[in-house]
Amino acid sequence: MSMALPPCRRTKRCGSCAPPEPVSALLVQLLSGLSGASSLFLVAAGLTVIFGVTRVVNFSHGSLTMLGAYLGWSILTRLPRGPEYFVLGIVLTALATAGIGALIEMLLLRRIYRAPELLQLLFTFGIVLVVQDAAQFLWGPNDLPLPRAPWLRSFVTIAGERVPFYDLVLIGIGPLVLAALWLLFTRTRWGTLVRAATQDREMVAALGVDQRRLFTTVFALGAGLAGMGGALALPDASANLQIDLNIITDAFVVVVVGGLGSLPGAFLASLLIGVLQSFGIVLFPQATLVLVFVIMAAVLVVRPNGLLGRAPAVARGAGQGFAAIRPAVPLLLRLGAAALVLAVLAPLAVGPFVLSVMTEMLIAMLFAASLHFMMGPGGMASFGHAAWFGIGAYAAAFAVKGLALGMGAGLLLAPLLAGVAAALFGWFVVRLSGVYLAMLTLAFAQIVWAAMFQAVEITGGDNGVLGVWPAPWAADRRVFYWLVLALCVGATLLLRRVLYAPFGYALRASRDSELRAEAIGLDTTLLRLAAFTLAGAAAGLAGGLAAFSKGSVFPGFISISRSVDGLLMVLLGGVQSMAGPVVGAVAYTGLFDLLLLATDQWRAMLGLAIIVLVLVFPQGIAGSIHRLWLRGREA
Amino acid sequence: MTITRRSALAAAGLLAVPSIVRAQGNTPIRIGEINSYTAAPAFTLPYRNGWMLAVEQVNAAGGVLGRKIEVISRDDAGRPPDAIRLAGELLDDQKVDLFAGSFLSNIGLALSDVAKQRRKLFVGGEPLTDAMVWQDGHRYCYRLRPSTYMQAAMLVDDAAKLKAKRWVTVSPNYEYGQSVVKWFKLMLAQKQPGVEFVAEQWPALGKIDAGATVAALAQAKPDAILNATFGPDLTNFVRQGNTRGLFEGRGVVSVLTGEPEYLDPLGDETPQGWIVTGYPVDSVTDPANKAFIEAYKARFNELPKMGSVVGHALIGSIVAGIAKAGSTETEKMADGFAGASFDTPFGKAAWRALDHQATLGTYVGKTALKNGKGTMVDWRYVDGAAALPSDEEVRKLRPA
Repeated sequence: MSMALPPCRRTKRCGSCAPPEPVSALLVQLLSGLSGASSLFLVAAGLTVIFGVTRVVNFSHGSLTMLGAYLGWSILTRLPRGPEYFVLGIVLTALATAGIGALIEMLLLRRIYRAPELLQLLFTFGIVLVVQDAAQFLWGPNDLPLPRAPWLRSFVTIAGERVPFYDLVLIGIGPLVLAALWLLFTRTRWGTLVRAATQDREMVAALGVDQRRLFTTVFALGAGLAGMGGALALPDASANLQIDLNIITDAFVVVVVGGLGSLPGAFLASLLIGVLQSFGIVLFPQATLVLVFVIMAAVLVVRPNGLLGRAPAVARGAGQGFAAIRPAVPLLLRLGAAALVLAVLAPLAVGPFVLSVMTEMLIAMLFAASLHFMMGPGGMASFGHAAWFGIGAYAAAFAVKGLALGMGAGLLLAPLLAGVAAALFGWFVVRLSGVYLAMLTLAFAQIVWAAMFQAVEITGGDNGVLGVWPAPWAADRRVFYWLVLALCVGATLLLRRVLYAPFGYALRASRDSELRAEAIGLDTTLLRLAAFTLAGAAAGLAGGLAAFSKGSVFPGFISISRSVDGLLMVLLGGVQSMAGPVVGAVAYTGLFDLLLLATDQWRAMLGLAIIVLVLVFPQGIAGSIHRLWLRGREA
Repeated sequence: MTITRRSALAAAGLLAVPSIVRAQGNTPIRIGEINSYTAAPAFTLPYRNGWMLAVEQVNAAGGVLGRKIEVISRDDAGRPPDAIRLAGELLDDQKVDLFAGSFLSNIGLALSDVAKQRRKLFVGGEPLTDAMVWQDGHRYCYRLRPSTYMQAAMLVDDAAKLKAKRWVTVSPNYEYGQSVVKWFKLMLAQKQPGVEFVAEQWPALGKIDAGATVAALAQAKPDAILNATFGPDLTNFVRQGNTRGLFEGRGVVSVLTGEPEYLDPLGDETPQGWIVTGYPVDSVTDPANKAFIEAYKARFNELPKMGSVVGHALIGSIVAGIAKAGSTETEKMADGFAGASFDTPFGKAAWRALDHQATLGTYVGKTALKNGKGTMVDWRYVDGAAALPSDEEVRKLRPA
C-alpha cells in the first residue's frame, strides 16, 4: 500500500530527504517519540480497559481527557509550583475525572447496556457535545496554558542535545502506569474479576459477581486515566476546546492497533505510533495528517485483530441473530406513500430555504440508507463511510470541472467511481469484523481525505472545488429538488429491494452465522464484498448529488465528522429497521439545522436531544416505535 | 469617526426630507453574518463583540442612508457546506441586503462562490487567502483583512535584515499556511538572493507534535525560522522550542503571533525579539485606537483583541460602502463599495476598485516580555496599500 502524497518537493540541498543524521539527532527524535507515546498510552489505556469490560465504544473518552486538562489547570494554578504539588494536582485531577466518569456511568450509560451494540457510541457522542459547551461555558473560549514552573522548563543534555526534563518524566510514567495496572489486574480480586469479565461477561454474571459495581469502577478507572493524561499534557500544551476530538481518534487508533481490551497491546501500539510519528515528521513532513492511519491500516491488513488482540471468541448467543426483517405492514407502506406524496408536492408550498434543507435531508437519507445496508443486514459497521460519499462528490466535481462533462455524466461517474473504490478497499475490509472492521474503514477514509487534501493542484486542497453547479435545466431549485428526490428515493428503494431478494437473505445469513452460511455453500466473503461495494456506490451517488446541491466539494465531505453523522443517523433511526435510516436522517438533519439556526448552544442542545432520544428509544426511533406497535398487536 | 459623522449627516438629512424617504428609513438595512463561532471561539467571540459595538455606534448615530442597520448572525460550525446552506437561508428567508463574515479561508471562498452564483454582495472579514480577491476574485466579493501575501510582504523587509542564509519554515498544513510559506519564500529570495530554505514542517492544524517538530527543525541547523502556526499549536511549539533552545541565537519571523488572542496564552514564555504581525493593544497611542479601546472596555469590560478590530472595521467598511453606493441594491453596492474609504480602529482604510481588497493594514513589531506577559515593542503600523503588489501584477493575478 502506498501513501497518496505528493513527492517531496524540497531542493537537492535540503538534507532531510536522505538524512545522514548523527546518532544524537536520532536519539532526540526517539526520546521525543517515547514521551509522546507515554501521553498517548495513558488515554488509550483507559479506553481499552473500558471497552474490554463494558464493550462500550466510548466516544466521550476524549471529553474526559479535555475535562482532565481543564480541571488540572484549575487545580494546578491554585497550588504552589513545586514538583510535589504538581504530583498532588495530577492525582486530584485523576480522582475528579474518575468521579465524573463514575457519575456518567451510573446516571446514563447504565440505562442502555441492553441496547443494540454501538448505540452507546451514539449516546457517548451526545455527551461529547454537551461537554464541549459546558467546558466553554465554565472556562471560556480562550486557550488556558498552565504557567510552567522552572523545573518543568528544564532540560537534560544527552549526547550534546537538549532533551526536556519533563519528556523524561513522561517516558517514565508510561511504563509505571502499565506496571501499576498490571499489578492491579493480576494481584487483586477486583482485577481478576475485570479480566474475567473482559473474557466472558455472561459467565462472570452467572457466577454472581455484581456487574454494576464492576462496570462503574472500571469506567471510573478509565475516566481517571483519561483525566490524568489530559492534565499531564498541560506543561507541554494548554487546556483548550479542541482536545477532545484531537485525542479521541488517536486513542482509538492505539486501542485498535494494540488489540481491543489488551493493555500491553495498547502500550506497544503507543510506542509504535509515537516513535514512527516522531521519525515520520523528519522524513515526510507533509504526511503528519495521515501517518497514524497508514500505520493502522498496515497493521490491520496484516493482523486483523491488532497486535496483541485475540480473535473474538464466538460470543454466546451470537448465533441467534436478529429477528428477520419482514416487509413493512400495509399501514407503514401507506404512511410511506403519503410521506412521498407530501415530499413531491412540497416545492409548491415551501420557501427556498426549507427546500434546501429538504434536499439535504434526502441526500442524508440515501447516505444513511447505504450505511444501514452495510451495518444492519450486512453486519459491518463503518466509521469511514464518508470516504465513498466524498469520492462520489469529487468524481462529480471532476467530471464537470476537469473533463468538462455535464451534470448527467457527473452523477453517473459518482456512484461508479465510489463503487470501484469501495470494491478495492473492501477487499481488505470485509475479512475483518466488529470494531476492527469499522476502524479499518476509518483508516481508508482518512487516507482518501489526506489525498484529496494534499493534491492541491487537482482538488484545490482544503479550499475544495468550487462552481460545481447543476446543469441549466436543473438550475431551478425545485427541479433540482425533484431530481434529488427521484434519485435518492429510487436508490433507497432499490437498496431495500436488494435486501428482500435472495442476495439480502444470504447476506443476513452470513451476518448471523458465518459458519452455517458457509456450510450451506454461501461465499460469505464475496457476499459481504458485494454489499460493501453496493453501499459504497449508493453513498457515492449521495455525494455526487451533494456536490451539485452545494455547488462545491470539500475535503470535509470525507471527514470523520461526516462519517460520524451517518452513523448517528442510522443509530438514531434504528439499525434493525428498514425505516430506521430514513427516520434517522430526517430527524438528525432536521434537529441539527434547526438548532444551528436557533441557538449558540446548539451543541449542548443537540447532545441533550441525542441523550434523551436514546433513553426514550433504545432501539432507535423507528425500531422502538415498531416494537411498541408490535406490543399492542400481541396483547 | 467619520462613520459617525457621515451617519450624523444622514440623520440630519433625514429630518429635513419629506416623509416618503422616512417611510423607507423605517426598515433597517439587514446584514447577514456567518462565522465559525463554535469552531473557533477564541477569535470569533471577540470578533462578535467588535461588530456588536460597531452596530450600536452606527445606530446611535442614526444609521446609514437614514436607516438603522441590523445584523443577522449565524454559526457555520466550521463547516463549508453548512455555511453555504446558511448563506441561502440569510438571502432567501431573512432577505438580507448583503452578507459578510467568515474566519477560515475555505469557508470564505465557498461563501464568495455563493455570492458569485447568486449575484449578491459578500464582504469577507477575516479569511486571509489571496484567492478570494485574486485568482477567484469577482465583482460581488470584497475582503477586509490583509491577505497572506500582504502579511508576508509586511514581514519580509525585517526578515531580510536578519541576513540569515539558512531558513526553515513551520506552518499549519492548509491553505493559509501553504500560502504564507509560498509568498515568503518568493519575496525573500527576491530581496536577498542566495537565501536557502533547508527544511519545512507541516503540522496538521491543531495537532502539532511539537517536540518532534522542534527537534526536526533544529537538525537542519537553520539561521532563521519562519513560523505561521497559531493558537494551541503555537503555544506547544513555543514551549518545546524554549526548552530545547531552538530559538536561541536565531531570528524568528512569525505571522499573526502579535495578535492578543495568540500572544496572551504564551504568558511568561513569550519569546523575545520575534518579528511578528499583530496588535499591540496595550501600547497604541493614536486617537482612533484609543477611542475604540475605551469604548470596547466600557462595553465588554476587557481589552479588545484582533478579532474585535476585524469585527468593528467590518461593519464600518460596510456602512461606508453603502453610504457611498447610496443604495442597498446589489449592483449599485458592487460598484459603489469600490473606492469607499472608512475609519477603523487602526485608522483610515479604503476599498480598492482594482481587486476589492481593503487597504486595512496591521502592526509589525517585535515580541517582548513585560511583567510576565507577552507584548509587542518597536512596532509600526503598516498600511495595507503599502504591502500590495503593483496594479499590473494584480491584474495578471485576477482574471475577472
